[in-house]
This record gives sequence, structure tokens and C-alpha cells, in this order.
Amino acid sequence: MTEVTVNTGEANEYGYKPFSIGEFNFSRDEHFVHVTWPTGTHVTSAEPFLKALTRDVAWNFFYGTINFDAVLGTTNHYGNVDLFAGRFNEAYRKAEIDHMENFPEDEIKAMFTAMLSDWTNESFDPFAAPMETGSAFGSKSGNNDAAVTRTRVTAKRMVGLPGDEKIRTDDSGYPVNRAFQDVDQSEPLVEVEPGYEDEVSAYNFFAYLSRSDVTWNPSVVSVCKDSLYCPTTEEFILPVIHGNDRVEWFIQLSDEIIWEVEDGNTGSPRAKVVMKAGDCATMPADIRHRGYSPKRSMLLVWENNSPAIPDMIARGEAPVVPVKF
Amino acid sequence: MTEYQTVFAHLDDFTKGGVEVINDDPKNYVFSNMFDVASRSKPWEKVCICKNLEYVVEVIRAEGVSEWRVTPHDEFAIVVDGEVVFDLLAPSSTLVDPAASGSRALPGEPEGKKMGRITAGHGHMVLLPAGRCYRMSASSPSVVLLQTIQGPDTIERWAAICQKY
Repeated sequence: MTEVTVNTGEANEYGYKPFSIGEFNFSRDEHFVHVTWPTGTHVTSAEPFLKALTRDVAWNFFYGTINFDAVLGTTNHYGNVDLFAGRFNEAYRKAEIDHMENFPEDEIKAMFTAMLSDWTNESFDPFAAPMETGSAFGSKSGNNDAAVTRTRVTAKRMVGLPGDEKIRTDDSGYPVNRAFQDVDQSEPLVEVEPGYEDEVSAYNFFAYLSRSDVTWNPSVVSVCKDSLYCPTTEEFILPVIHGNDRVEWFIQLSDEIIWEVEDGNTGSPRAKVVMKAGDCATMPADIRHRGYSPKRSMLLVWENNSPAIPDMIARGEAPVVPVKF
Repeated sequence: MTEYQTVFAHLDDFTKGGVEVINDDPKNYVFSNMFDVASRSKPWEKVCICKNLEYVVEVIRAEGVSEWRVTPHDEFAIVVDGEVVFDLLAPSSTLVDPAASGSRALPGEPEGKKMGRITAGHGHMVLLPAGRCYRMSASSPSVVLLQTIQGPDTIERWAAICQKY
């Protein structure tokens, strides 16, 4: 395996190292992240940048496009990744100041991981809700690798089965979140005949979610072949604008999320989707979306993880809308 | 400290959101509400509310005692309202092709060995294991959300359940 070299340099007066990949250059100061490329520059607040960067790394660039904001982002080609500035911004495209480069996944992931580690201060947890973390700002002060390298939960069959992901408890370090203190914690009654302990299984899924210590970070709890239930707890604003490359479904389990939906290529507004408890909606494959959750809520994200889909996307055969009626 | 109230919806108490169109067709979002669907379903109908190629999520109004079913692959049931009892049975012979998709209804009670029983309440997730049989029962109207693959009994009635305008 080839060792990946991360291009970095000496720390600046604020203690942060610069990073570069291809013709993109990244630096940060006490408040802002600065990005340059041959035809343009960009400045953005360090806090949302780190929240987006954390998820892009944790999700392995996820499905499709992760827009950090209206200018900067990545597109996953499953093995290689586009890094772009202004590529999906109509004004930047017209002005011809947009820029995009493609990198092997391990190369860009190594650079993003190093940048995330250097630029995240000890006081800041990018996965946490705003009221549950300290500040991202100021000069460099330690790191929070423990938070930004959390292992993403991915059950092999179902949470709670022997040998699979464990349920969350006080003792395992997952207290009930402040916003879910009223969620019933009682477990199902499971009566098993001898010999079927690996198959007769159930757990309190809502209690499991009520103990999540992260926001906007889907984890896998059950697997039906390529069908993955990826629930997550949401509070405040989705730190990325997710550009779908495939159909994605949302099932609102509790409370409310408001989704702003834009055209995936231009950013032109298309719809607002208000989801209350029990609502189900799909995100078409040609849009990008950002969610706003006024109170911490439970969202079931449902994905089709079929390895055939990237090829179907390349051939233009993947459906943009899952159902016609 | 703020005291939060978590809002869950129920069969007899739900409020729908919706799609507010700016420049789009609301039908592109296939927007429905699982409790609205269940409130208009017959007991044990398997109504599709989410579909992605062959995979589906079904809403089932659980009321009374269901037929026995056999599933060729794992399914996962979440009780989203009420209480549902799941009886599980290991059939004495193979009752469904393991390559098939979706569960099949069985006539009468299958022969086999009892595996166990799960009494699941609000928010509980239950494994319905591949190759096994199951039967659900609910003493009062309840709602189950089922992660599965489209099968012969999956009902698609999108125009009746989704926002169109």
C-alpha cells in the first residue's frame, strides 16, 4: 500500500498549520478558514467548516455531494473524490472562477483528517449540538481527536444481537440526552426458547436514539440486504448541504425538521419540506437539502446501499424520483 | 434547565407537515404520514410508504391476530404506536425460497418449533429472522413500520396516500 503524504507547513501565529492538495490551499486563523485556488478565494467561519469537515471524513464522503456551503465541497465517486469550489454555484460558473480537481480517496481523506485534527480545539466537539459544546474559535488549544474520530455505529444485522452493536446504557457512557428525558426507557419483553437466543431479539430503538451523543450523524441499526436503517438525532442545522446522487428517504420519528431543498446543480430553491412526527418523504436524486431541527428530534434516514447504484448513476439509469403516480 | 417535551405521533393523534413548493412538483417528494396511512388501512394490510428500487418500508395497522407469514430474508419491525406481540416459529421444512423477496402468507398454523415470543411497545425494534415464521397480534389498534423487500402482498396506493398539490 502506498503511503499518502499530506502537504502541510509551519504553524502560523495562531498555532494552526496550513494544508494543500492539488491547487487548493487551506489555512485558518482565530475565526475563519481561508481557501484559495488558481481562479478564486473563499473565506468561511471556522465553526461550520469544521462541522462539515468532520462529517465528510466520518462518512467517507457519503453518498453524492457534500456541500460545506454555497461554494466549497466534495463529490464522492466511490474510490476517488472531487474537491470543488463554485462548481455547483451558478454565479461562480458563469464568472468562470469555479475550480474542481479529482483525488484518490485515500489522499484527500488523509489531508482532511490531518486538517481536522490540527484545527479542532480541545473545547470543541463538531458532532455536538451548539448547547453541548465549547467554542471552535480562538488560537490553537490542544485537540479533540477523541471526538472527531468517534467510530460510526454500523450494525451488521441489528443492534442488540449477540456479537453486534450494543444497546446504549448509562453504564456504557450513553446517558439520556437532555432533550429526550421524557422518552420511555423500558425494554421489550423477550421470551426465548433455548437455542434461539441469536434470533429472538428486540430492543428499545427510541431509547437507543435518546442516548445518542451526536447530531446529524446517521448510524446503521438494522440491515436487510442493501436496505440500511440509518437513524440519527438532529438539533439545530445540518452542517452540510447534501447533494443526493441517489434517492434517499426520511421518516420523521419525533418532533419536527424543516428541509430547504435546492436544485443540485445550481442551488436554485425548489421546495421547503416540513416534516412532523410520522411524516415520510423522499429526497430526489437531483437536489440538495439542508435540515433545520428546532428541538432535538429523531430522524430515520433510509438508504439503499446497493453497490450497483454508482454504475446505474453513471449510465443514467438510477431513478431520480422513486415513485411515479 | 429547559424541560423538553418529545413529540411522537399516534394513530389517533398526528399532525401532518407538507411540501411547500417553490419551483417543483410536490409529487416528487412522495410525502405521506404513516399514521394517516394506518388510520385508513385495513388490519394487517402492508402499505408501502417508502420505496427504493426493490426495497420498501411498509406501514401495517396491527389489530387483532394476523396470519402466519414466512420471510425469506431478515425483516425489522418497529412498533410506532401501541403494543404488538410477535410469535416466532422455526418451520420444520423450508417454506419459502431464500432468494425470494418479501414475506409470504401461510395457510393455517405452520408445523415447527416455537422459537419465542416478543411483546413490543412504543419504539421497540424486533428482528423477524430469515427463513422463520411469525405472527403478530395486538389487542388494540397499533402501528408497525416494517423494513423489508417488496413482496407479493406489498400494497402500493401512492395517489391515495401522498400529497399531490
